[in-house]
Amino acid sequence: MARIVAVIASTHHPFYYRASTSTGADRPPFADEWTRKILAFRETLTRADPDVLVMVGSDHFHQLWLDNMPQFLVGKAPFYDANWYNEEREFGLPRMVLKGHEDLSAHLLRAGLDAGFDLAFSNELRIDHSITCPIITLRPEADLPIVPIYTNIFAPPLPQPSRFVKLGETIRKIVEDWPSDLRVAIIGTGHLSLELGGPRQFGPHGPDPEFDRRAVEWIATGDLDGCLREVTLDSLHAPGNATHGFMDFMLMMGVAGAGAKADHVDSLDLFHTMEAYFTWYPGGAPQ
Amino acid sequence: MSKYLMNKFLYTVDRDPELVERYRAEPRELVTWWAAERANSLLNCHSGEASTWLRFTDEEREALISQDHVRLFALGAHPFLTLTLFIAMFERDNTEPLEYQKAFGMRLAHFELPYPDIAT
Repeated sequence: MARIVAVIASTHHPFYYRASTSTGADRPPFADEWTRKILAFRETLTRADPDVLVMVGSDHFHQLWLDNMPQFLVGKAPFYDANWYNEEREFGLPRMVLKGHEDLSAHLLRAGLDAGFDLAFSNELRIDHSITCPIITLRPEADLPIVPIYTNIFAPPLPQPSRFVKLGETIRKIVEDWPSDLRVAIIGTGHLSLELGGPRQFGPHGPDPEFDRRAVEWIATGDLDGCLREVTLDSLHAPGNATHGFMDFMLMMGVAGAGAKADHVDSLDLFHTMEAYFTWYPGGAPQ
Repeated sequence: MSKYLMNKFLYTVDRDPELVERYRAEPRELVTWWAAERANSLLNCHSGEASTWLRFTDEEREALISQDHVRLFALGAHPFLTLTLFIAMFERDNTEPLEYQKAFGMRLAHFELPYPDIAT
């Protein structure tokens, strides 16, 4: 059976690419520290030596739209074009093409449907920065095949937080049952507190540093019970109007497992939002 | 109320560079044209089929024509769509980094939780 060699949860900050590649007067003062943290985070994936990446993210009204909005969608295609005109325009993100792993996509879809998740699928999916940001930070060679999984954290009505956790637990079991000798890393990105298009956006810190502190603690210690006790669809409005993206972190806590302490924990307090990076090694840290 | 249609406007204009420029320069012309020619286009569908019933209310049309992002927020337009398109139109006028983004937030400062409902 396949081996899950790393579980990784991260924020997906679209400004990292530009900040880390800019020079001279254009280089922001926080870029060097940010880059140092990303290089340490990248090493946690490199050490795990994966063959294929399951990538959990959320489409930002790029391909998925309100006329036909899936709650959970799995890509099944041999290739995925990536990044969109408005991401190039606003963030300077490069166009990319990533290979897909159709066998694992098919396995996830079949087993997911059989496990009670009526997953949507796409055979022609152009992915966005929720998945390309972790490629840029964690695997800039972009040389490994991926299976993209999109969640709806954006267009209400949304699934309940507990459903995200359950999907994460299910993804882990499905991948562990995949009849393959490949090494799989499961990577998901979301947000801590975040405000977009509202009065609390682009402040000197994230909109709710106290929520961020507690969120990092929940994730780092695998405190799913505590997290689920306090986080509801309603409560997530309070830390910032885009904070429902935290549910993708909860999904990744489900993948890592209740009580699983992260092997790598880091964060960076930036303007507008706090960055946070977590890696678990389910089979023990690589030697 | 047609939050869906406001969002559809913001979404389809934002992803088309030519429409972004037309909206910046000639908002009344662009909104009027879009309402007549594009509002009922079925997206993600082959051409030749359309809806028949989508219309802006007067208030929504005026909020879009006046590029009033505060009013759009109050009407429940999706704030991510509004922010992205308005940054595309107006960030270029910044005299310092994030100037437009911060001013955009400041103009919304009188809103308290719960914010206007964005569910469609």
